[in-house]
Amino acid sequence: MTEAIYVQLLYLACGAFLLTGVLVLWRRDLSAIIRLFALQGLALGALILVLAAYQRDLALALVGVGVGGLRAGLLPYVMRRALAAAGAHRETRPLVNAATSLLVAAVLAMLAYAISRPLTQLAPGPTIRAVPVALTVLLVGFFVLVTRRRALSQVVGFLLMDNAITATAFLTTSGVPLVVELGVSLDVLLAVLVLYTLTDRIRASFGGTDLDELRELHD
Amino acid sequence: MAGVVLQVVLVGLGSPLLVGVMRQVRARLEGRAGAGIWQPWRDLRKLMRRQPITPAGTGWMFRAAPLLLPGTALVVASVVPLVTTASPLDGVADLFAVTALLTLGSVALALAGLDTGTAFGGMGASREVTVLALVEPTILLSVFALSVPAGSTNLGDIVTAAAEHPLSLISPVSLLAAVALVIVSIAETGRIPVDNPATHLELTMIHEAMTLEYAGLDLALIEWASAMRLSLLLGLLAGLFAPWGIATAGAGPLALLVAAVVIALKVTVLGGLLAASEVFMAKLRLFRIPELLAGSFLMALLAVAASYFLA
Repeated sequence: MTEAIYVQLLYLACGAFLLTGVLVLWRRDLSAIIRLFALQGLALGALILVLAAYQRDLALALVGVGVGGLRAGLLPYVMRRALAAAGAHRETRPLVNAATSLLVAAVLAMLAYAISRPLTQLAPGPTIRAVPVALTVLLVGFFVLVTRRRALSQVVGFLLMDNAITATAFLTTSGVPLVVELGVSLDVLLAVLVLYTLTDRIRASFGGTDLDELRELHD
Repeated sequence: MAGVVLQVVLVGLGSPLLVGVMRQVRARLEGRAGAGIWQPWRDLRKLMRRQPITPAGTGWMFRAAPLLLPGTALVVASVVPLVTTASPLDGVADLFAVTALLTLGSVALALAGLDTGTAFGGMGASREVTVLALVEPTILLSVFALSVPAGSTNLGDIVTAAAEHPLSLISPVSLLAAVALVIVSIAETGRIPVDNPATHLELTMIHEAMTLEYAGLDLALIEWASAMRLSLLLGLLAGLFAPWGIATAGAGPLALLVAAVVIALKVTVLGGLLAASEVFMAKLRLFRIPELLAGSFLMALLAVAASYFLA
């Protein structure tokens, strides 16, 4: 793979990663949000595979396939099951409306670029220059986490942050060891399963997953 | 020079045909026979024979708008690289000038809508300005993102640079900019899902509400100008993201002719796709439109940021 094509493919994967992350803010339909999350998982897998193909590293390629499979296949599958059980298919009243949150995302993108400047100046290279993209998705994920009401879209926000952290790890280092990545991935899977169970229990006890309504204590 | 003349004539004569093709595609997909691709020209001819009427109490703005709108569109047609990248106005007309000219036309029409003093005119104008406030910065930003790799804000230079490095067209910068520009082109030309060009007397109309009071030659001029703006924006999209076949400075007559055929094909295909996709879409609620436009603005901004950092 030549240098130019490598850089193009890397940036294309980063662009898809960023776009899917931002589009999560746009959509209200929970199943569409899960689909976007799955697409982002694919973009993340592709990103790692491009790195692996450039470095000719088989272990990294396996990690890429594993990460892609987990985030584009297994996690969306679990979330879709939770969605089918919950029955509420729309993010009804986010705390910040969609138009404003898109403009906030623009500000967050600028913030991510500003705070990653020292990092990019440290070791200029094609992968390091893509770090602001991952940081933007991190901030957007955090924003989704704090402004959405449905438990499921908050889970998506959490997973967006995790995707972004994984992407940052692969972009800043020359390769994350297989064991570390395996541990992180299993952690995430476990967290989602716990959250899935929790959502299920919340719904069974209170009849909905709107977390803002769970403020008052009962005996 | 010959290329620019060819370009302006092509836009002027071809735009109503483009509208005809789009209506025909839509009609066929909906199972109707359609009126044929020459119908917009027949409509224009019919309107041109009729007497223009100005409502009592309207001022000079109402009379100036039907002249300003096609005038700005024709000037933009001589600058945008459709057939040739060489324009005699190169030194003064870059992307900022093009955006400003398009805005001038829109603002003139919005003011004319206000000038009539009718409820529909004022409503249409207020909606048009709401859309415009987000559309113009997005056009500026997305073309600006494309101008960073080329190192110039001149549209001809941007297209030449893109044609020389086709690999740069699959970068995230150009993908984000493409999505943003497609959305704002749809909004700017008043197509579904932002506005429905086929309806009158609906409470959600934008563009048609401003032109309700026009008749005869004035209406013909406005319809013609709207068609030209549509083909200009589609031509700009085709030129920026598929810059093949556009003649460079000093090309012979044969190259110009080939370029004219190529751009006509590209714009027709784009228009056909747009019309076909409209069949499967419903108009958005008016209150959802700022959301769509804020999204496209965000994408254009991300494209600019990416062009700065990922270059």
